[in-house]
Amino acid sequence: MVPSSGKNLNVPAPRHRPGEEPEFDNLDIPSAGSVSRPDILTDPKDMYVYANTLIRVLDMKNNAVGVWDPKLSADDLRKGLTDMMTTRIYDDRMQNMQRVGKMSFYMKSRGEEAVAVAQAMALDKKDMLFPSYRQQGLLISRGRDLLDMMNHCLSNSKDNCKGRQLPIMYTWREGNFFSISGNLGTQFCQAVGWAVASAYKGEDAIASTWVGEGTTAESDFHHGMTFAAVYNAPVLLNVVNNQWAISSFQGFAGGEKATFASRGIGYGMPGLRVDGNDFLAVYAATKWAADRARSGGGPTLIELFTYRAAGHSTSDDPGKYRPEDEYEAWPLGDPIDRLKMHLIEIGEWSEERHERELKEITALVTRKYKEAESYGTLNSGARPEVSSMFEDVFKDMPDNLRRQRQQLGV
Amino acid sequence: MSKMNMVQAINSAQDVMLDRDPAVVVFGEDVGYFGGVFNCTEGLQKKYGLQRVFDTPIAEGGIIALAIGMGVNEMRPVTEIQFSDYIYPAFDQIVSEASRLRYRSGGEFWAPITIRTPCGGGIRGGQTHSQSPEGIFTHVSGIKTIMPSNPYDAKGLLISAIEDDDPVIFFEPKRLYNGPFSGDPKAPAQSWDHHLKGEVPEGHYTIPIGKAETVREGNDLTIITYGTMVHVSLAAAELSGHDVEVIDLRTLTPLDIDHIATSVCRTGRCVIVHEATKTGGFGAEILSQIQETCFWKLEAPIERVAGWDIPYPHAFEWEYFPGQGRVLDAIKKVMEG
Repeated sequence: MVPSSGKNLNVPAPRHRPGEEPEFDNLDIPSAGSVSRPDILTDPKDMYVYANTLIRVLDMKNNAVGVWDPKLSADDLRKGLTDMMTTRIYDDRMQNMQRVGKMSFYMKSRGEEAVAVAQAMALDKKDMLFPSYRQQGLLISRGRDLLDMMNHCLSNSKDNCKGRQLPIMYTWREGNFFSISGNLGTQFCQAVGWAVASAYKGEDAIASTWVGEGTTAESDFHHGMTFAAVYNAPVLLNVVNNQWAISSFQGFAGGEKATFASRGIGYGMPGLRVDGNDFLAVYAATKWAADRARSGGGPTLIELFTYRAAGHSTSDDPGKYRPEDEYEAWPLGDPIDRLKMHLIEIGEWSEERHERELKEITALVTRKYKEAESYGTLNSGARPEVSSMFEDVFKDMPDNLRRQRQQLGV
Repeated sequence: MSKMNMVQAINSAQDVMLDRDPAVVVFGEDVGYFGGVFNCTEGLQKKYGLQRVFDTPIAEGGIIALAIGMGVNEMRPVTEIQFSDYIYPAFDQIVSEASRLRYRSGGEFWAPITIRTPCGGGIRGGQTHSQSPEGIFTHVSGIKTIMPSNPYDAKGLLISAIEDDDPVIFFEPKRLYNGPFSGDPKAPAQSWDHHLKGEVPEGHYTIPIGKAETVREGNDLTIITYGTMVHVSLAAAELSGHDVEVIDLRTLTPLDIDHIATSVCRTGRCVIVHEATKTGGFGAEILSQIQETCFWKLEAPIERVAGWDIPYPHAFEWEYFPGQGRVLDAIKKVMEG
């Protein structure tokens, strides 16, 4: 065998590596407000354009423009902003606590807060969420107590997952938030099943599920797309294209060949490609797809075009595979800054109020964390009963597990 | 009571459950209008409608994922994986998802799904239509595995599986669909008509999951087996000249070790028989548990009769299949031990 020299073999490579100057001149970014908005029951065959553009509402001067403007009330906008701020402050606190050994692992959603928070707001609370691992903003928007989220991450005595799951793999039945797996993409077609059951029962609730762009390479993604299309399932299939899957850029999921939203076309499903850092655009596209699903129009694939500002998790150093300042060069800005500036622009927010809010949320997160720690951490203090680790394998414990529990002496 | 073969019994179990519980739906490849490649769902779509008995895309992982999502949303899906040889694309959904959902969510979510799948050889199916992969799933915590050996058990156990709130894999030895099989391919085909377990109630009844059954009583030696090999073992027991007890496990996990141990501790001799490949097979687990519970009562080393550790070869099916001769050899060896 000769050394590799095949000119027809393509191994994708990102545009920039550490030490290089990041720029995104290659991105085709239409101006805000320039994309039309189809009727919710438009035939997918007439919607190809929406999979290959970028739906944007907030312009560079922080105004909401165009037909996709969801015209949210100032109260809703402020809720969106403060939920995103809470998500970021919560993430920072939890990552820091991981760094000092209070928990095994953490994953931040920095830069992607609009995806989860705006989408949660655009859905009904009865709608079932099948998230991936970077949508903690869904929980925050739906009002889950930060204390419960922390108790889970610390695997302490009040963890509702009873110390069985990694931090951030939340479960919250009461909030219609499915159990996060950790295996990528498995929830995608499960959400379709949930939605099919809802349709079978004649109920109004829909499902929404999320994967990263890297996970679109998994078979589960294609199962979800096929089954959703075949059964006209009332489901939102979201691809969070944050450019990076640990160290692999989106080219390894085929993102250089076609947009992720355009995957929908082959399945006969609308694909919407949305500026994921534009709170209003994310809200509007999600609402469009939710209204379509609820009206019997079936599934929609939504690509949320964003950038993963933090590392994949606490286990990787992004400085090893991409320029440290790449996020600063991201041409679509930061979702919190953009919504904040919009609110200031329309006279419904101010720098002073923002500072005050930051302090209040930080104090809240600190207070909640202290309380959570009082219920134990992974390494010290109270934790769930050891004997409980044999429970819930089955609804009723079989004899072999009872005997093993006795063997352990608990 | 009526005469049913195993296909009819399995069909009847689904019929009974579709009738009783609107949360029950049946789906899989070709199970709808066509009624399944082995006819196990024949007539059910016509009777219950398109939305309750329906075909799926050819994607086993998608079928199980769909079932899990429906199960989470208050339904009770009964899925068919057309051949157990095709179950592997669904492996992640079964092992990582269905089996662990209740556990990982602290008991907040679960999926009461049933996975029916034909298994085993003796039908000229070659290496892609003959496998017995039960041992791959008995190794997984959080899922129950069943393999009935006759129509009566099949119906009662399938109803139990559908009513169970945990995921269940229900292996159907396809060589037994139309009649018991003693392991001799040259013998005339038997039907279930004259078999005691071919008498099946038409309505609802259950057989508890996790309970083995002694199908032949004896004092010299215990054969522990399941599926097609129950009939092969019974035939070998008759020919052996020894007073052989035969236990049909019916459920593999949770394993009815108390039933096994009671018998083996009494007879002191044991042969384990399954069609699946030997190394790492479920027989190894049974043997190990017998060793833990009965060691001091054993009169001889335990023997295993199993498929060779090779893929199921098309042209050498009967050299692969662990027939009566191999079971007899094992009985002889253990009796002389």
